[in-house]
Amino acid sequence: MRRPSKSALAGLAVLIALPFIIRFSLGGSERYYLHLLIQIFIWAFIYTGWSIMGRFGLTSFGHGAFTGIGAYGCVLLWNYLGLTPWVGIPLSVVVAVVVALLVGYPCFHLRITGHYFALLTLALTEFVRLCIVGLRDYTGGSLGTQPRRYGDGLSIYAIQFETDRVVSFYIALALWLTGLAIWIWVDSSMDRYALEAASQDEEAAASVGIDVTREKLKVTAISAAMCAFGGAIYGQYQMYIGPDTIAGLSVSLNIVFAVIAGGLWVMLGPTVGAVFTQVLSEALRVTIQSTAGLQSAFGSSVLALDTLIYGLLLVLFIIYMPKGILGTLLERRQKKSVSSRIAPVSAA
Amino acid sequence: MQCELDIFFLEAVLNGVLLAGLLALLALGLNLIFGVIDVVWICYAELVMIGMYGINYAYKAGAPFLAAALFGILLVALAGVLLHQLVIRPVLDSAPINQLLVTGGVLFVLQAAATVAFGIDFKTLGIRLGSLNVYDMSFSYSRILTFAVASAAMLLLWLFLSRSYVGIAIRAIAQDRQIMPLMGVDHRNIYLITSGIGGGLAGLAAVLMVVQYDIYPQIGLQFGPLIFMICVLGGLGSMIGGFIAAFLISEFIAVGGSCFATEWGYAIAFLFFMIVMFIRPQGLFGGKA
Repeated sequence: MRRPSKSALAGLAVLIALPFIIRFSLGGSERYYLHLLIQIFIWAFIYTGWSIMGRFGLTSFGHGAFTGIGAYGCVLLWNYLGLTPWVGIPLSVVVAVVVALLVGYPCFHLRITGHYFALLTLALTEFVRLCIVGLRDYTGGSLGTQPRRYGDGLSIYAIQFETDRVVSFYIALALWLTGLAIWIWVDSSMDRYALEAASQDEEAAASVGIDVTREKLKVTAISAAMCAFGGAIYGQYQMYIGPDTIAGLSVSLNIVFAVIAGGLWVMLGPTVGAVFTQVLSEALRVTIQSTAGLQSAFGSSVLALDTLIYGLLLVLFIIYMPKGILGTLLERRQKKSVSSRIAPVSAA
Repeated sequence: MQCELDIFFLEAVLNGVLLAGLLALLALGLNLIFGVIDVVWICYAELVMIGMYGINYAYKAGAPFLAAALFGILLVALAGVLLHQLVIRPVLDSAPINQLLVTGGVLFVLQAAATVAFGIDFKTLGIRLGSLNVYDMSFSYSRILTFAVASAAMLLLWLFLSRSYVGIAIRAIAQDRQIMPLMGVDHRNIYLITSGIGGGLAGLAAVLMVVQYDIYPQIGLQFGPLIFMICVLGGLGSMIGGFIAAFLISEFIAVGGSCFATEWGYAIAFLFFMIVMFIRPQGLFGGKA
């Protein structure tokens, strides 16, 4: 393991102090800014979880199913059986992992990759969403449901923390840091080399003794567990879960796009993707809402304008910047430092 | 749960057959494009949605229905050509998954654009064709018409692909992308023509759907996953496979929906799809895995 660099530690210190910086500088809208940051951290964790398998060529559209299982499992166990999320979250994470392995094993064993893998996992997402909607007596159907509030809404037993934004901030921050730690752990393990080999050429990797199916299942399990956990925490923070906000195809697509926009192959890429998408959609929403001319021209449907711009940017990103924001920046910097190092040598 | 072998069961089975015609037509366009260009348009159902809005506005503006329908077909064919030229062409040589994702971005754009331009409320054409009653069963004429037109369109496409020069060139490109340019076939033109035909088929599907369903910006999400599932189940690129898969899936939806609730019909269909994929990963009629 490499030691954390000075700049990383300084960055962490700033993040820990951030709630207080916000309180002093932006006191009036403290709750709003903290909410934005919490959203970014939770989604960054989920995106990082996706990228753990996504970076090895396993482009899954099935992670909307895992976030959904995590969120709904935890809330349903709490609402109907009174089971504390301390048990409910691990249980739903286990369910998500079992589902992931059940779908993953045949996929990897039969070498289903590329389009077929993407579309098959898309079917999984739809299946889970339809189950959620179909079980409407328990899940509230397409309207969604809420975890039953415990006491004053701030409880360790019920893992409810929505009322205190500062506590929520630190929980989300810890979650995000855990996600990065898992990413580093996978990145520095032998599995990474095995999987990189497998994503280049499966036959060749298998011929040098790599158990491709096993390696893929490992990252799939980790990735699904992270997304289910993130989904559960998201539900606890929002105190509302709906089939379209935390499960389903739109969540799957959002995950994939944010990671691609941020950068798939670098550690902080998914985080940059989360910052980019959340800030972009918030900024667009605020600008559009405060522009009276647009409001009167289009009415309430103007709210979709941010999705329109978001989608356009995504198309441009994939065409012109397939490495993502952070990936492209890092590559530029690397090229510059390499060329500045080479230049004096060639001059001499 | 009323799942007995009575007349209503038969009605559900027959309605499934009628639904299959529409789904097969939708899958056909996507399969054609995948077979020839090797790209999956994730936004295919959104193109259909654009066509439906186009027809709706043309009809409401006073055009006769057939003219509005023609307008819709041409509109979506044009959209298909533009999609290929502006979005697919720049990524033709990049990783397959990027091609999939870029059309996913287009999905967001089209959906949001429709919301901004047309609002989120349901729009309907207000054409009611009534229904055919046999014994205690009832089938709406719009569904029967859909089935007939979809079948005719599939037959025409088959004739076009097997008899005409351009059709044969399209099939040749689908079989070997490297050799055909050497034989003097310009694959760029073939790609454009294929995108146009694929779009036109989506436009035709829009014509058939506009008389059956209400129009709203998210309608693509209702049909999109279903179409991909049918294409993959039949074997991506296999048109006959897609045709048979459409029948299988729509029976699950129609019968499952009439025995349980609508969502469960769909859920069973998706479950069936996943299980079949594990038994035959290349799809029912897919040649190459």
